[in-house]
Amino acid sequence: MAFGPYLLLASLEGLVTAAVLALMALGLSLVFGVMRVVNVAHGEFYMLGAVIAWWSASLISGHPALGFLLALVVSPLIVAAIALLSDRLVLRRLNYEPQATIVATIGLLYIIQQLALTFYGPDARPVQAPFDMRLALPWFGYSAYKLAIIAASIFLIIATWIGLTRTKAGLVMRATQSDPDTAQAFGIPVDRVYAVVFALGAGMAALAAVLIVPIQQAHYLMGQDPLLLSFVVVIIGGLGSLRGTVVAALFIGLSDGIISMFFSPTLAKMLATLLVALVLVFRPQGLFGTAAR
Amino acid sequence: MVDHRKAGGGITRRIALKTFGAAAGVAAAPGFVRYAQTQSSAPIKIGFQCHRTGIGAAYGRWYERVTNATVKLINDAGGINGRPIEIVTEDDGTDPKRGSEVIEKFANQHKVDLIYGTLFSHVVVGSAPIVGELKIPYYVVSEGYHVASGKLNRYCIQPGITDVKAQVRSVAPWIAQNLGKKVTLIFPDYAFGHDHRDFFEPAIRSQGGEVVAKIAIPPTETSFTRYIPQIPRETDVIYHVMVGPSVLTFVKELGEFFGSSGPQLFGFIDSLESVALDSPGLEFLEGSHFWEGMPRYAQPDQPDYVTFYREAVGLDENGASTDDSRDVSAAAHMFGCWETLYVIKAAMEASGYRGPEDRAKLIEATEAMTDMEAGREHPQGRKLFNGKIHQVFGEQYISQVKSGKLEVVHRTSIEDGLYEPEGDYTAMPF
Amino acid sequence: MTPGTKALWVHLCLVVLLFALNFLLPEYHRGILSRVMVLSVFAMGYNLAFGYAGMLSLGHAMFFAAGLYGAGLTAYHLGWSVWPAFGAGFAAGTILAVIAGILALRTKGVAFMIVTLMFAQTFYLATLYFTTYTRGEEGLVLPQSARALSLFGISFSLTDPTVRYMLALVLLALVLFALLLLVRSSFGRALVAIRENEERMRMLGYDVFANKLSALIVSAAVCASAGAAYALLFGYAGSGFASIQYSILPLLWVLLGGAATTLGPIFGTLFMFYAVDITSSYTDAYMVVVGLALILLILYFPKGIAGAIRERWLPWLP
Repeated sequence: MAFGPYLLLASLEGLVTAAVLALMALGLSLVFGVMRVVNVAHGEFYMLGAVIAWWSASLISGHPALGFLLALVVSPLIVAAIALLSDRLVLRRLNYEPQATIVATIGLLYIIQQLALTFYGPDARPVQAPFDMRLALPWFGYSAYKLAIIAASIFLIIATWIGLTRTKAGLVMRATQSDPDTAQAFGIPVDRVYAVVFALGAGMAALAAVLIVPIQQAHYLMGQDPLLLSFVVVIIGGLGSLRGTVVAALFIGLSDGIISMFFSPTLAKMLATLLVALVLVFRPQGLFGTAAR
Repeated sequence: MVDHRKAGGGITRRIALKTFGAAAGVAAAPGFVRYAQTQSSAPIKIGFQCHRTGIGAAYGRWYERVTNATVKLINDAGGINGRPIEIVTEDDGTDPKRGSEVIEKFANQHKVDLIYGTLFSHVVVGSAPIVGELKIPYYVVSEGYHVASGKLNRYCIQPGITDVKAQVRSVAPWIAQNLGKKVTLIFPDYAFGHDHRDFFEPAIRSQGGEVVAKIAIPPTETSFTRYIPQIPRETDVIYHVMVGPSVLTFVKELGEFFGSSGPQLFGFIDSLESVALDSPGLEFLEGSHFWEGMPRYAQPDQPDYVTFYREAVGLDENGASTDDSRDVSAAAHMFGCWETLYVIKAAMEASGYRGPEDRAKLIEATEAMTDMEAGREHPQGRKLFNGKIHQVFGEQYISQVKSGKLEVVHRTSIEDGLYEPEGDYTAMPF
Repeated sequence: MTPGTKALWVHLCLVVLLFALNFLLPEYHRGILSRVMVLSVFAMGYNLAFGYAGMLSLGHAMFFAAGLYGAGLTAYHLGWSVWPAFGAGFAAGTILAVIAGILALRTKGVAFMIVTLMFAQTFYLATLYFTTYTRGEEGLVLPQSARALSLFGISFSLTDPTVRYMLALVLLALVLFALLLLVRSSFGRALVAIRENEERMRMLGYDVFANKLSALIVSAAVCASAGAAYALLFGYAGSGFASIQYSILPLLWVLLGGAATTLGPIFGTLFMFYAVDITSSYTDAYMVVVGLALILLILYFPKGIAGAIRERWLPWLP
């Protein structure tokens, strides 16, 4: 393939990766940004979202879009409910103490993963995209649904941004994020804010999973890699900066896509990983974070 | 099958957890009493190292079903030397570290006669050292080249399934003659993929063909479109071995990229084991070819013993479970469990195996085997065992996807897969 | 008795107990205990960086694996005998820690977590990229001939369970006492102070960077020793040990056992092993039980096992 079209393809793929990363990171940037807890089970909420998407899509026969739409509604709700439950039963009792939270959420990870294996099984199962269209470009074909993911990602980012900056709930969250003690003193029920944020974050992970599962598959071990990647995106972007999260996702997605044009795949992955690490080494507060206090 | 879980000692072990000090008491507790193998009718205990969890779980489930079916048949027919088989299953989590710990558990706690049934190469290789140290026979069903390479030890043996080197060499001539001579390899960037790369290239070259590109995909990858442009235009055949759950994405993205044009496809079914071929997104595979260890779909001309095997294991004609048509089997590999158990039976009978003191004799009896006739004990087909490298050789199937089903179009001969042995286990001491 | 001597006695007793267990335990548990001891050393190394110096690294699999491959590759390809191979593993981990430390310690907190994670991921990918030498995820089996150890002119085989148990115990004891000394030295106290308040230590004139770097290097050297010992004692080296899972496991072991306690890592590793081993004998869905156990443990013993003992009964425990 000529260089131009190849670059176009690599950039398109990079954009899709970026969109996927941003989607996955949205929920985590909320949880991590506001609560400052490392939720190791976040990837499992994502996995659950995909598995429930498969389940609800298989309930409905007929056009695949119907099942997909049902999944889009049902999956985030169920996952958010599970997250709310685990927050009330476990995390709150730990006072969100960072180290204890890590162990507890590792425990949660084991439980969710095992239940998925027992009840859903070890197979990778596909969910059909709501529409199946192949864009035939002059040089190669491309999936229209992948472009739809980019659009959905942009839409959700804007919605989150409006939610955080233009609504009262957003204000409460931001207040809690910048200083929980003062927020408490001003009568903000920090405890309840945490519960809502935790559920919301998990719901967003599930939503991302529903959108992504038509181009990947639902599998009970699918949670690990997205967890790591979304952590990376959130930190590189700078804690609490939505703009940073978006830029970081673009940076990581595109560098991964374009570096892969020039090197053998595994070497490209190594270089991209190192590049990301070095960005953080020389800019520890992340791209858009404020310098550490 | 007797479930080992019921075998006592539970409470004492829980105490052991609480304190170091209690451990001494545990030694004398009932669960730890050595199994006295004095009675001649006592069961032969076989430790089954099973991938119940982890990445191999889709295979593990079917390995377990085939194992249970085979053991039931053998036991109903009078067992081995008049003794029933008892399977003791332990989950290795498809992890080499846990795998080697499980080997110790089998040998030192369950006191099994031998260990059997592992599939994933890294678990086999990770378990091999401790197997050699404990001097316990280890019959694997893995298709890796590890046993045949001569790099393991005298206790590791693979008598029920062919290895990847033989598989690759068997299919190369057919690919060159029927699909094309310019081949692009797409394989995962780890040992199993590298074996395909290293064995296929010389094999296709000796057929007058060539490998025009080698694309090694990192195992962490979830999207493949960006690697597809690296497939040279002149490619006749894409030879793909993708392992892991992302294979559906891979196929779909190939389809999106090439549309109705594009090179021929030849794949190893490994990646699509226990995946239904009529899954959405796999339409692009229509007309393409696959290697199969044993046909997944019932074939019109299949011999009676294959029908018998499929019924005993519980396969419908699409290769799914007779209980649940969505539960697709790992048909191309799991026959190896069946055949391995029958090889163990034959070797035990030939050596007059009585107990662990006869382990060396058991290995020698297995090494002495050569021809294995196709039939109920070897439903996949005739086999030829090479005692020097502890590896069996057999026929391979090449199938084409027609209306969403695999139809066998060619059956290779044993000779196609033979190669010069690289080691000699029989020269190693026990 | 001063708290210091009391602590020393407790540690000595543990080592003696472990020695005695070799003769008392049934075969299986003895074999497992040698593995647990080697992995405890890994956890102890991690504990120095995380528990004492407060550096939450998600990349220690890289140091363990550097030891594993440093020893494994030299023994396998170059035919090095046990001592030089162990030395190669130790050196590989230590050198890697110097480079990774200088870069990663420009950051702290969550950024440090991610940088170490990415470094470790790069290392993991490298073990796959060089599959020609490492055999990637499938791994290498060290030939039994490479696992003969000569000591004072006598040759021991590392494939012998007793030799293996004793060597694992020697490694554990050496590291345990070295760390006991270290954490009670002024260096150790400085690390704890840095963990609690880095700014104040800087104003007091401490070179925070140098202290943290030294701690990371010592921590990595201990982890690399564990890795090298694992390769040589158990005869296998594979990529799996470099994966993220093996960065999270020592964190889990340390938190379970009690961060910033000398004995905690041993308890945590032991607990986790038996939690899996025992529950898997009763149910296929054993990870649910293990997960529940973790949650209950952390709900009722948030400081881990040794941390709870120290808090409730033995305040002098180091």
